[in-house]
Amino acid sequence: MNQTARSASPQTLVDKIWNRHVVVEDGGELLLHVDRAFIHEGASHAFDKLAEEGRSVARPKQVFAFADHYVPTTGRDKGVDGIANAEIRNMVLQLHANSAKHGITLFGIDDPRQGILHIVPPEQGITQPGLLICGADSHTATHGAFGCIAFGIGASEMMHVMATQAIWQRRQKSMRITIDGELGFGISPKDIILAIIAKIGVDGGTGHIVEYAGSTLRAMSMEGRMTVCNMSIEAGARAGMVAPDETTFSYLQGRPYAPKGAQWDEALAAWKQLPSDEGARYDREVALNAADIAPMVTWGTNPAQGGPVTGVVPNPREIKDAIIAQEVASAIEYQGLTPGMALCDIEVDKVFIGSCTNSRIEDIRAAAQVAKLGKAVVPAWIVPGSQLVKRQAEQEGLDTIFRNAGFEWREPGCSLCTAINGDQLRPGERCASTSNRNFKGRQGTGGRTHLVSPAMAAAAAIKGKLTDVRELLKNS
Amino acid sequence: MTPFTTITAIAAPIDEPNVDTNQLCPTRFNKVPRGPAYARILFHDRRFNADGSEKEHILNAEPFNRAQIIVADRNWGSGSSRESAVYALYEFGIRCVIAPSFADIHLNNCYKNGLLPVVLDEAQCEALRKQLREHPGSTISVDLAAQTVTDAQGKTHGFDIHPVRKKCLLEGLDDIARTLQYKDAFDAFEAAYKKERAWLYA
Repeated sequence: MNQTARSASPQTLVDKIWNRHVVVEDGGELLLHVDRAFIHEGASHAFDKLAEEGRSVARPKQVFAFADHYVPTTGRDKGVDGIANAEIRNMVLQLHANSAKHGITLFGIDDPRQGILHIVPPEQGITQPGLLICGADSHTATHGAFGCIAFGIGASEMMHVMATQAIWQRRQKSMRITIDGELGFGISPKDIILAIIAKIGVDGGTGHIVEYAGSTLRAMSMEGRMTVCNMSIEAGARAGMVAPDETTFSYLQGRPYAPKGAQWDEALAAWKQLPSDEGARYDREVALNAADIAPMVTWGTNPAQGGPVTGVVPNPREIKDAIIAQEVASAIEYQGLTPGMALCDIEVDKVFIGSCTNSRIEDIRAAAQVAKLGKAVVPAWIVPGSQLVKRQAEQEGLDTIFRNAGFEWREPGCSLCTAINGDQLRPGERCASTSNRNFKGRQGTGGRTHLVSPAMAAAAAIKGKLTDVRELLKNS
Repeated sequence: MTPFTTITAIAAPIDEPNVDTNQLCPTRFNKVPRGPAYARILFHDRRFNADGSEKEHILNAEPFNRAQIIVADRNWGSGSSRESAVYALYEFGIRCVIAPSFADIHLNNCYKNGLLPVVLDEAQCEALRKQLREHPGSTISVDLAAQTVTDAQGKTHGFDIHPVRKKCLLEGLDDIARTLQYKDAFDAFEAAYKKERAWLYA
């Protein structure tokens, strides 16, 4: 790679971070320095491999562990002993033991800062602009909201990162998704990302790192940007990012791991150099108008199978491509829906507000605003993303609003998004969920998922069916 | 890692795009330590009822229950980064998946476990799947060194693979040994980086 030529031409945000992390190039692959690695209980396979090969963690201070996937969302006063299922308890214990053994910083089940691995690092200031972050989870793209390259990897690659603090990669293609304009009434960042995925498809971003840009993103809070970046993987892109700006810097300042004093000024000066240069070129450009986006809901079994809540379930017979028609038919059958039925006629059995996509304070506030307007007629769970989010919401009295409206206020964790801590749907149960995946069986064998925003989920709880939240809010 | 060189084996057609890793390995099995138990976990909820009895599924039936190759559709392995999806394929006996495209993370997970992902175009994959449906039990040969896939009728298709991934699969190498060769370069990089970004190490 000719570095001189590269630096002479305008660079993207991705180019700048990527190039600064190249240790060596070998046979067309680049060895990249990894600033920070994030793991959870599921890293057990990576630790098994480390043990098998007798290796240790090279830079334990740069690895952070989070108890989130397997922790229960009730009865947490008993700590790890409160987990009745021995196999599940063992996953949490193993993470605690492996972290202690290797000197890794642990945010364990009893930690007052405990929470989801994509919620806690931003809160703590561990996630910062310009970093290269690897996570043992596909939603690691969340951290890209701070203007860093963050992506998910499997157990073998995580073992390699832990053993060497580096990773082999090939250069990815670049895609810029520009969203301009003001968001309509009742529309949230979740609706934006669902609309993007519906537009480009579940593999539309494969092989690319996405940079989200445009006036809508500039006006968005860090919480909103994280929601957008979080679901990049649902469009096939391993990483999604937003250039850092004043919103980013003011979010970070004063957080425990953020630079302090003179180092803050030094870091700030470096971060301000990161945004893409004028004239930087992308391999692919996509544009959306924010004003065109309505509250989104998925009807199918992948995140691209969705549309505006005002729409209907599609008819496979009207789809020309035989394979897509078959895929749609299979999704509709699994979901127990009928072609042509209005999406807002779909009755739900359960509502889940949580996950690394939508469990930050703004998500909880948006849901509470709707919860105020009625009573939940189906079981509805609020699972904050972290203990910090939970305490903040309680200080604002949001838990009282939820309890009064018949919602259940639970403890932080991944819960019903990934459904491995014991929280799960029963076969055939239908859930309006603020999580990120509606795959067959994702929330429990035979469970049916409709992905929506926090406000839409709260509206579904009150109405017992998918509902256009704008109608509720308009009349309030 | 067990090397991959050549294979001639029964291939199973899976006519479905966007097969996600939740299908390959339902989440509740992620905590199972790697081993033979994963053979039954592959497509578990599609292959088995809650009581453990078999459902109708291509991989449950002769001759496809002995398949070592899958010919799939586009975006194979989308979704979660779980490597257990590859363990399930591998323990079932699958050594090669042929598809028009793969999801990124799953693709890397295949390489790191000695399972060869082969990209052929949509028309080639569709033709192969049709042939396998019409002649159940017919074999496909894959030669990594020659970068070819040969179907039962003797028709050969070439495929691309990155030279480093090819070498690692052929020789059964993992990346750590290769990375450690560059220890001096890494240390020099890190020293300069720490100086430049001291706030990350405060």
